Amino acid sequence: MRAPEYTVAIIASELRKRYGELEAVRGVSFEVATGEIVGFLGPNGAGKTTTVRMLSCFLPPTSGTASIHGLDVVERPREVKRLMGVCPQADNLDPDFDVFKNLLVYGRYFGLPDAVVRTRARELLEFVALSDKTRAGIDELSGGMKRRLVLARALLNNPRVLILDEPTTGLDPQARHAIWTRIRSLRAQGTTVLLTTHYMEEATQLCDRVIVMDDGKILLEGPPLELVEREAGETVLEAWNFDDAFLEFIRRLPGRLEEVGDRLYFYPDAGNHIDRLLEHHFPHQERLVRRATLEDVFLKLTGRALRE
Amino acid sequence: MRGILRNLSLRAFRVWQRDLDVYLTNWKTEFLPPLSEPILYVFAFGFGLGSLIHKVRYQGHELTYLRFMAPGIVAVAIMFWSYFETTYSSFVRMYYQRTFDAILATPLLVEDVILGELLWGATKAVIATSIMLGILTLLGLVAWPAGLWVLPIAVLAGILFSALGLVVTSVTKNISSFNLPMFLGIMPMFMFSGTFFPVNVLPPWALWIAWALPLTHVSHLVRAAVLGWPRIQLVWSALYVAVGAAILSAMALRLMKRRLIQ
Repeated sequence: MRAPEYTVAIIASELRKRYGELEAVRGVSFEVATGEIVGFLGPNGAGKTTTVRMLSCFLPPTSGTASIHGLDVVERPREVKRLMGVCPQADNLDPDFDVFKNLLVYGRYFGLPDAVVRTRARELLEFVALSDKTRAGIDELSGGMKRRLVLARALLNNPRVLILDEPTTGLDPQARHAIWTRIRSLRAQGTTVLLTTHYMEEATQLCDRVIVMDDGKILLEGPPLELVEREAGETVLEAWNFDDAFLEFIRRLPGRLEEVGDRLYFYPDAGNHIDRLLEHHFPHQERLVRRATLEDVFLKLTGRALRE
Repeated sequence: MRGILRNLSLRAFRVWQRDLDVYLTNWKTEFLPPLSEPILYVFAFGFGLGSLIHKVRYQGHELTYLRFMAPGIVAVAIMFWSYFETTYSSFVRMYYQRTFDAILATPLLVEDVILGELLWGATKAVIATSIMLGILTLLGLVAWPAGLWVLPIAVLAGILFSALGLVVTSVTKNISSFNLPMFLGIMPMFMFSGTFFPVNVLPPWALWIAWALPLTHVSHLVRAAVLGWPRIQLVWSALYVAVGAAILSAMALRLMKRRLIQ
């Protein structure tokens, strides 16, 4: 008999984290359904990692509650962590052991029998395409291989909830796509995934739903494409080397205009005709009309000012 | 107190086991220092310095300087091996390697990590002590079976100095800051705790300080075991080490927990 399935995997309610004067997370509530992939977006210092670390029992919340499959993260951390796999932002593989031993020692922390861990470790190394590196030292691995090994390690206990804190930061496109493929196949197996990322493409590609955070609060949430359509419309016009006449023309059109340095971004209310309109009035204007992306939504919500 | 003890569990053994596995991976380099150290000390101080000092009066007996000093280096080794393990080595694991972070993503709690590190520090002291005891036995400097008492002393004193190391680590921001407690605390203790000369040659005020230091009691106990001279007064030293180990362990748990949960 299996325990009855909860349809909700993660519940966070009014989570807050305060460090002295600074309140890093200021009342965050959300739910993640079993099998869903949810991405946290936000500039540096938005409170994504702090939120994720509270969910994975690293940090006690200052107030508010969170539970994983009905288990409170503060009251029952050992059971919560048993259900969970965590890929931290910074690689913390054990440099004193080779690849295989890293997995063996990690499996021991879960109290898994040695034979089970060995079998599972071989399967997982296969899954992340590191079978030929079984006996390699950690310092012999590339950045992408290390991330894949961290992912394999997080899957060792067959987690029902996987937490990935910036899983592909600093990786080349090949390595990034390799990680994405693995995450998608985990979704197919019904694993709930919560990830944080700075890459809008990653969020669009992987997530059923994104949650945009800034300044310790949730600004917006929803399916990525729906958010794009709702917040940024369909198309975006980017233009450069323009004169005042062009600027005046654009200003009179219905939509949202943003000037950043010598570049102009225009989000037309009814986007379909902008290209034809410009072709007619300013055929030689240097410009790009493209589909709106999650990045446009993100920059609209969180602004263009640099953080930190 | 109950708060400190609440989350302790046998899972700490997994952390200890991890450290042991690393140790066994590097056993060739790990075994060398405790093997060579007593030999160096015995030759430099025992034979070298000992040729200038003919007899030492200790506990109403006269003995050669070599026999007096040999237990002292065992006491020093207990302190160094455990203290170094939970300062420099634990700091590297905590800060540079993020080993603790990795462990805390598993069902283990902060308390398991701290206790595991504490016990591993003590274990290193026991391993080094056993090797040294073997060497000193070959040199005919250990009274058996009384010498066996050194092992329980090493366990208790190892816990004390391990815990002391963790207390220091809990307030250390970067690895070079370890120099301060090293040169203000550990090095003076190393020299003035009845290790290389009997404390009773010190002026009265310094004698008080010496008896306040844990290493004085540890070297006292180790010397009694190695020479095979039991006395009832040793109970006080044993009590000092046991109580000190308990208090420092509680402090280490509390302070390291604060340090690790930020």
